Amino acid sequence: MTRIIVITSGKGGVGKTTTSAAFAMGLALEGYKTAVIDFDVGLRNLDLVMGCERRVVYDFVNVINKEARLNQALIRDKRTENLYILPASQTKDKEALTMEGVEAVLGELADTFDYIVCDSPAGIEHGAFMAMYFADEAIVVTNPEISSVRDSDRILGLLASKTKRAAENRSPIKEHLLLTRYSPDRVMKGEMLSVKDIQEILSIPLLGVIPESEAVLTASNQGVPVIANRNSDAGLAYQDCVARFLGEEIEMRFIDPKKKGLLSKFFGSN
Amino acid sequence: MGLFDYFHANRRSAEVAKERLSILIARDQIQRNQPSFLPQLQDELLEVIKKYVDIDQDDISITLDREDDCEILELNIALPEKPRQRQPS
Repeated sequence: MTRIIVITSGKGGVGKTTTSAAFAMGLALEGYKTAVIDFDVGLRNLDLVMGCERRVVYDFVNVINKEARLNQALIRDKRTENLYILPASQTKDKEALTMEGVEAVLGELADTFDYIVCDSPAGIEHGAFMAMYFADEAIVVTNPEISSVRDSDRILGLLASKTKRAAENRSPIKEHLLLTRYSPDRVMKGEMLSVKDIQEILSIPLLGVIPESEAVLTASNQGVPVIANRNSDAGLAYQDCVARFLGEEIEMRFIDPKKKGLLSKFFGSN
Repeated sequence: MGLFDYFHANRRSAEVAKERLSILIARDQIQRNQPSFLPQLQDELLEVIKKYVDIDQDDISITLDREDDCEILELNIALPEKPRQRQPS
């Protein structure tokens, strides 16, 4: 049974695409056949983060408009078996994502894929709405910043009311909170909202916490999802998230400040 | 409280953020649950009142509050200081 996961947030720049790339690759590495779709028509970026931008020939809108077959538009990831990318159109209007068209593509993918990861655009307009409409599960990406938390709350309201599951009165979308750009040091100093604060406000189950990490920018510079970097805190944190998503019980890491050695304490360096 | 105290207040910014957010989100959620006819009601009321008094969209506000088991529909109309009454034509 195929599961459709939307990666959403409301606010832009919080890490939806980074998370979509990492999560899709993580699921594929666990052996699940996974497709990741860029819903950000007009501002496609997932292909860049996944490092396949030069292999884009056809896109999501071409498939919807029947200008290309799904198999022609899907890009197979060269590093990971089981992982396929469906890029967004860079030129078309976002209204090109019709409800029937999106449903047909998802339906066709469901024949062969275990997971479909939908990378939502920012905002609450048509593209974001299409990305969430058919979802079974939602990963709400949030920064420890008031505007991001507020937008996430707004998105949770939409997930509960404006999706196919809501329209058909089926069991609601399963919601997961993913906190990104977290700085335990700043939380300890009282400069940043804590995991607990944000969970209290949004009151949905916590999937994981990704620490603020240089590895994220390095990974996107290179076009390699950060989860592939097994030496980075962010990469390990994403691996934990995928494992938790698949039902494993794993303790949260990277939510407490790093313990400093006596020397670095003394000299005050990091 | 002087300026000095203001910057050196012992309240940590994360606490302030949490308090502001909690209030804001509670208010957002009330608004979200308001019936959808309120904006239309506001427009129609505006049209009616405009026939007699010169007011703008901003001069009308409608809110719906819930207190225990009763709902209160509050309608606020700010009339201009010197009512410019329209001459019936």
